[in-house]
Amino acid sequence: MTIYHFKYLSCAGREVETGFIAAFWFLLISALTVPLLLGVGALFRPKQKKVGHSSIAYECGELPVGSAWVRFNVRFYVVAIIFIIFDVELAALFPCLVLYKDAVISGNAALIFCEIFLFVGLLLAGLVYCWVHGDLEWVKGLAIKSGKNG
Amino acid sequence: MANSALFAHSLQDWIGIGPLWVWAAVSAVVILYAIALPFAGIATYVERKVSADMQDRFGPNRVGPFGILQFIADFVKMLAKQDFIPQGADRILFSLAPILVLAGACAAFAVLPLSKYFLGADMNIGILYALAVTTLIAPGLLLGSWASQNKWSLLGGLRAAAQIISYEIPVALSIFPAILISGTLQIGQIVETQGWVWSAQAGTDYHFWNAFHNPFCFLAMFLLFVGGLAETNRIPFDLPEAESELVSGFSTEFSGMRFGLYALAEFVDIFVMSSIVVALYLGGWQLPFINIDQLSDSIPTLLVAFIQLGCFLVKVFMLVFVVMWLRWTLPRLRVDQLMAACWKGLVPLALVNLLGTAVWMWAFNGRSIAQLVLGPMVN
Repeated sequence: MTIYHFKYLSCAGREVETGFIAAFWFLLISALTVPLLLGVGALFRPKQKKVGHSSIAYECGELPVGSAWVRFNVRFYVVAIIFIIFDVELAALFPCLVLYKDAVISGNAALIFCEIFLFVGLLLAGLVYCWVHGDLEWVKGLAIKSGKNG
Repeated sequence: MANSALFAHSLQDWIGIGPLWVWAAVSAVVILYAIALPFAGIATYVERKVSADMQDRFGPNRVGPFGILQFIADFVKMLAKQDFIPQGADRILFSLAPILVLAGACAAFAVLPLSKYFLGADMNIGILYALAVTTLIAPGLLLGSWASQNKWSLLGGLRAAAQIISYEIPVALSIFPAILISGTLQIGQIVETQGWVWSAQAGTDYHFWNAFHNPFCFLAMFLLFVGGLAETNRIPFDLPEAESELVSGFSTEFSGMRFGLYALAEFVDIFVMSSIVVALYLGGWQLPFINIDQLSDSIPTLLVAFIQLGCFLVKVFMLVFVVMWLRWTLPRLRVDQLMAACWKGLVPLALVNLLGTAVWMWAFNGRSIAQLVLGPMVN
């Protein structure tokens, strides 16, 4: 297997991998594509016409009733919290995973395996708890009313 | 050129002058404007043509031979449309949304292993970076839909956010088996370990694509693909833009070039999703049954680079075709079915799958099925 030859370039006394600079350019250039294309279009497109109801939001031809910015029940609030817990745990799992192969080949995988097992086991236990608790139901209120789950 | 994996390094070696950051910028421009965005444009045409074929009609056939210039005509049309922002909308967030969505989709191109000699940015945290930047799409869609002052948009945007963050978990979990068996986050290295080596000479070992390393990896590939479909809002997971329920969901109020950017971002995202599946499990730039690295002494490096690029693109296009095929094969899920499929189906399956891979690695000392069947590890 080839070992990659990374060139380093010094940037204010620190060494930064070229890859990170390239990745920064990718982000910047792809973000600038939007104003670029809209700017090109601005050279020859017509201005937004404001005649009658033409610039009102489209709600199937009906005039909108009230603002769209109303309070309503965000169904996935609990799901979002579960997601955050899962995501943090997954991010913490990355180092173990990277080290696992070398540990397996050199014959001392037990520690890392236990760590992965504990992580994943805790996640599974948490998932089962949420499941039994009914937090994974999209329509939890209805499920409780109909006595299905809760 | 031989030693440099990064495209920026190749360019600097070839031209010989200029600071590296300039060449990094040039490599970004070339990969984005010569591969990512043209692909997305052509994919809109191909999707219409594939859809037409599956429904036994012609599809676009007026502009150019077989209608192949249709996407250019569409592009010009969208440029010439008025820039519509609905009355009462939050103008700043409305303008910011397409930037976040397109940046999130395109920036992941930095780490895609197009070829060994054609890498944008082969960082040592490549997969983590790809996961991180593609998540920018969710806040983008949510902001855009909220800012449009339209109830359909708001519902679509909330559905998109719920769906994308939920399916992030199975996607990450099914990326993990590939990391376990290759021991690195650097996508270039993961691809390199999948080269075809099939002789039992001293010092060598049997190697093939990660999908065939062990049964768990084979399953992980499918889980990753299904999760990716949901991440890209494709049928059967296209609830955020379900046209029969929500007009057009999060993109209802986006028209003209802004809508075009959303459509471009969707296809770029599909390309990125398919490339991650290909890079992690289907061998990336590696040819099946031929090890291109062993031939690179006899053929010029530039040719090798283009063979690898072609191989990678063919694999990715096959997966993109499957995505288009599924569109006309499967019905759309209901919202609660969608969330149940993720949290009660894919997540437990992917967690068990991850544990299974870890057990396999420990039990068989990191060997693949081929290595177990065909002989002991030599080195």
